[in-house]
Amino acid sequence: MEADVLVVGGGPAAAWAALSAAEAGARVVLADKGYHGTSGATAPSNTGTWCVPPGEGRTASVEQRFKRTAGLADRRWMLRCADRAYENLQKLVEWGYPFPTEEDGSLYIANLRGPDYMRFIRQRVQKAGVTILDHHPVLELLGADNEIAGAAGLVRRTGSSFRVTARAVVLATGGCAFFERILGGTGLTGDGYLFAAEAGAALSGMEFTGKYTLAPHGSSLNKGLPFRWATFYREDGEVLRDSNGEPVTNGIGGGERQVAKALLSGPVFARLDHAEPAMQDWLQRGQPNCFQPYERMGINPFNDLFRVELKYEGTVRGTGGIRIVSSDCATGVPGLYVAGDAASRENVTGGVSGGGAINASWAIASGWWAGHGAAQHARRRQGRHFKQLQALGTTGLNGTAEREVDLSEAAQVVHDEIAPLEKSYWRSGDTLEASRVQLEKLWAGLNAAPSSKGIARLRSREVAAVTATARWTVAAALLRTESRGVHRRKDFPEERAAETSRIIVSGLDQVTAVREQLALDAMQEA
Amino acid sequence: MIEVISSDRCIRCDICERICPAFVFDRDESGLPVIARQDDCQTCFLCEIYCPTDALYVAEQAHQPIGITETEVDQRGLFGVYARSLGWSRGRAGGAQNDPTRHIRVAQV
Repeated sequence: MEADVLVVGGGPAAAWAALSAAEAGARVVLADKGYHGTSGATAPSNTGTWCVPPGEGRTASVEQRFKRTAGLADRRWMLRCADRAYENLQKLVEWGYPFPTEEDGSLYIANLRGPDYMRFIRQRVQKAGVTILDHHPVLELLGADNEIAGAAGLVRRTGSSFRVTARAVVLATGGCAFFERILGGTGLTGDGYLFAAEAGAALSGMEFTGKYTLAPHGSSLNKGLPFRWATFYREDGEVLRDSNGEPVTNGIGGGERQVAKALLSGPVFARLDHAEPAMQDWLQRGQPNCFQPYERMGINPFNDLFRVELKYEGTVRGTGGIRIVSSDCATGVPGLYVAGDAASRENVTGGVSGGGAINASWAIASGWWAGHGAAQHARRRQGRHFKQLQALGTTGLNGTAEREVDLSEAAQVVHDEIAPLEKSYWRSGDTLEASRVQLEKLWAGLNAAPSSKGIARLRSREVAAVTATARWTVAAALLRTESRGVHRRKDFPEERAAETSRIIVSGLDQVTAVREQLALDAMQEA
Repeated sequence: MIEVISSDRCIRCDICERICPAFVFDRDESGLPVIARQDDCQTCFLCEIYCPTDALYVAEQAHQPIGITETEVDQRGLFGVYARSLGWSRGRAGGAQNDPTRHIRVAQV
């Protein structure tokens, strides 16, 4: 199969990238690991957007938000993200997306209901003439003459191979959930990070991954909003209290850290007892996904205590990802572009989570830019024929040794080195170093394992991608000897002005982490 | 995770098999979906709302099946419960225009 632009992924960033590239006149193929319309973290969610109308208020909104980004965001990017997202939300209005109406008759466009949004946008993508390949996970990128020339993958129904040659590729593969069972997280295994690194791209912000959200215990519902109205308890009904003796409330605000601390010493329960009857009604009708666990367990969360946990969210709500080097979301590898959670979101959210609103607007805006950038690149390469395509995949695809690796066990190992509260909510040099050693061993094992065949190649690559992502995370977290944003070090509890710089990680067998500022200074001197 | 497929309710279309983001279903010779890769289920409940006859049930536990039966799901009125609260019906989208989330966002600050 041939295309001008290949979009890899199936969430909102992939959709907007495909729409944008098609609008620019490119022949577009979108290859999704799952089904474009249900896959990814957005489809099962109900997400706010960072929606700021044009005018003077916009600069003020950027300034206000910038103060909360731990000093690592970029006002220019924030402003253009707000602008692009707003423009594209207006497109949804034009196309007839069923936004709710405000009391004054205007449309409320600052919220998108996941199942409806993604189903709607799939239809737009189809209408734009994009070829959608559902259940076609990409396994590796293809290169030619030091440029990206497409991708290869497998067809889930048969296990057979497919290949799309393209003059530009957009990676919109989402973040990495590190095998935590969060809503929409199964397919989020950091595949794009691995593909990009194999092609020579770098990542940034991988230490800003200490992000967790409350959920009913054992469920997939990592949606914090209802916990805004929660009080937290021990199993015997004793209310949790902070160091001032105040009851612990608001699980998406100050209460989160208290709950995290309490979870280290025993089960924690919640009750949404601060929600007045009107709020109860809005929550149930506005966030119906959040209420599925309660409905099915047969409990009333406004009256009954229920057990909670903090779900680990890696780079899905954390901010790290593939490093962007230009306004059109290029990666520095010719022909390779990146959008959504696959990209680092530091430009718009710095070192804090962009969970919900910011990430949703970022997916819209970065998808749009990356699709355009890729289409322009493809146009510049028109008529060019790649003679020799080179498959760029490594670990999990080209092993030679005979020593098998148990992939379920490997997945458990990497999850357990990253996801527990005592590993990623509070980090320390000792635990990070211990994780590093474990993960290096695991990586060596994966490298030496015999290459998989057929459908099994998917799991091999997913485990390789998550393991690589864990190694980059640990390397970045070790280098940042301070606490900032969603990176918390027990051994360095303070923020340090000298470390107000991003951290870039790269490499596969040899992982390196460098401070961006030092790298830029060195470049200037040279 | 996905636990129940009601063969009485199921009309043997291929929608759940096609739209499941985690590729959990296969189909038998008669066209009935079978839960072929249960542990891959991400407990997103989307198969339920895409199903035109409310024939599927996803239990709330994401790590392992709880062993709930079709009879219990039926008796407790849980078939189609998510679709109803969204305003989706017979596998078709609906209700987004009635979403009151804006009130929550105003109050959350």
